[in-house]
Amino acid sequence: MLAYTIRRILVAIPVLLVASMIVFTLTLFTGDPVEEKYAGRNPPVPQQTINLERERLGLDKPVVVQYVTWLKNLVTKGDFGPSIESTRDIGGELGKRIFVTLRLIFFAIVLALVLAIISGVLSATRQYSKLDYTFTFLGFIFLAMPAFWVAVLLKQGALQYNEATGTRTFFTIGERSVETEPGLFNAFADIFGHMILPTISLALITYAAWSRFQRSSMLEVLNSDYVRLARAKGLSPRKVLVRHALRTALIPMTTVSALGIAQLIGGAVITETVFQWNGMGSYLITSIATRDRYAVMGWLLVAGIFIVVGNLVADLLYGILDPRIRYE
Amino acid sequence: MSDIQSPPVPKAPVPAGSTEREFTVKERTQWQIVVRRFLRHRLAVVSLIVLILLILLAYIGPLVWIHKLEDLDSPTDIMISASNPMGTDSLGHDMFARVLRGMQQSIKVAVIVAVLSTGIGAPYGAIAGYFGGRVDTILMRICDVLLTLPLLLVAGALVTGRGGSVLTVALVLGLLGWVVNARVVRGVVLSLREQEFIEAAKALGAGTFRIVFNHLLPNATGAIIVQATLDIAAAILAESALSFVGLGVQPPDTSLGVLVNDARSAVETRPWLFYWPGIMIILIALTISFIGDGLRDAFDPRQMRQRR
Repeated sequence: MLAYTIRRILVAIPVLLVASMIVFTLTLFTGDPVEEKYAGRNPPVPQQTINLERERLGLDKPVVVQYVTWLKNLVTKGDFGPSIESTRDIGGELGKRIFVTLRLIFFAIVLALVLAIISGVLSATRQYSKLDYTFTFLGFIFLAMPAFWVAVLLKQGALQYNEATGTRTFFTIGERSVETEPGLFNAFADIFGHMILPTISLALITYAAWSRFQRSSMLEVLNSDYVRLARAKGLSPRKVLVRHALRTALIPMTTVSALGIAQLIGGAVITETVFQWNGMGSYLITSIATRDRYAVMGWLLVAGIFIVVGNLVADLLYGILDPRIRYE
Repeated sequence: MSDIQSPPVPKAPVPAGSTEREFTVKERTQWQIVVRRFLRHRLAVVSLIVLILLILLAYIGPLVWIHKLEDLDSPTDIMISASNPMGTDSLGHDMFARVLRGMQQSIKVAVIVAVLSTGIGAPYGAIAGYFGGRVDTILMRICDVLLTLPLLLVAGALVTGRGGSVLTVALVLGLLGWVVNARVVRGVVLSLREQEFIEAAKALGAGTFRIVFNHLLPNATGAIIVQATLDIAAAILAESALSFVGLGVQPPDTSLGVLVNDARSAVETRPWLFYWPGIMIILIALTISFIGDGLRDAFDPRQMRQRR
């Protein structure tokens, strides 16, 4: 298992390399960043400035050299490369923003998993009951709702609640207040207050798909022979459910939720946009809009590492949970 | 089950004298069983009908509707009226005409993504899971590479600066989306391949192609179908999300996501602009999910419980 883990991590390096090459190529399609930056300036920016800027960004060199230089600086100096905004520090900004986004994703995943497992298992054990129909219907509704629509609605609801009660119960903008009352507790409460709405809106749309999977896989297991055997030999229903059925039924969930991390990094972009968080989402959108190539590459690396780790964890859990699956 | 009327075409040869038995259980092909089971899922059937109506509305509606997409001849900021059933925006666009156009876009996305992600993902995942070993490793690494490519980034790169058409967006969604499908199918196949019927098929001399397409994939149909409907619903939402952040369908063309984004700041003042396109997204995605649910129940041969 350890050898397998190490091998997978080693394999992940070329995966990330290939991904970065593809993204680097893709960014070439978005057009010349310098031209975009100075387009439409009046009076026109002198050619010399343009040339200097191109030189600073390394755009005067061949594409392959650009990529290799970027990679070399990243590996040897931990330098994420020059940004189109000369004052922007890509590495530092990523380091700050990733925690903002991770906070959101982590709590959303926990909330979504708990909701999904509870409602999925209850639905499956009481298939075609009123409870099952209710959960199923709720799940389907959330599954069909666009993330941004839910977020805008929640935000609107919170604003109206604030207005009606004349309080500031819900924070709807940003991941924290610019100024808070002094004290650790107040700072904590402030961050928590800002997290409520985005976490709920992200978790709701995620939970829906996961609860469908949990119900699906639980039903399959409950109809299997070994669960019938477990029941026949007189185990308590609880033991059959938790020890025998749920253990197997969680296997598909591990893949789905580990892969969900990847989707959530994308999904968080939408949620962050609506609630105006300064996380990875707004970073990516701005970077794409300004064609800030190295900023985009940095985003890809950070997101890519999380996705690779998520996949690895999913596969390892697979092996632990289902002894029929062997990794030689 | 024995007394239910059924189409009289047993495909398999009927053994001589079978009609002389006491009970006659008509033989049915797997597809007849699937259709019958599907028809018993009322919600799925209703959804199928609603979806067909929505598709007809989206494609036939604009041909007969009094307002065209670009018309600015309606009074502005109407909430509801006989000639503007979904209201109008502040420029005098008829919302109904725009929503119909948006629905067309969503349906296009659904079809393209369904074909691409199931067509590529299912066989790919089955082959990876069945072969295991080095083939599996290589195929899955390719998936890993694709999974690390953020949808927003790829769509952004291909759309920024050249005006994205819905076709571009759908292709991006389909070509990135099949990976999840492949991984799910692989997961199912990993445990299927250890089972006796695969061993039996091998012992009978079945080739790889036959095992993958005749034995593994049909047994994974439930998972594939559920995943495909999830994919389609997710793709419709993804298209609207991309359009919402400005990396999808570009003006002057429109989509449901563009419409919601346009109405984002007007939730309080002109809520109909926000609700109608949103409701249509939900309605399309919802019906597809329900149909998928019906198909899941219909395809699962182990699920013998009758619906009440």
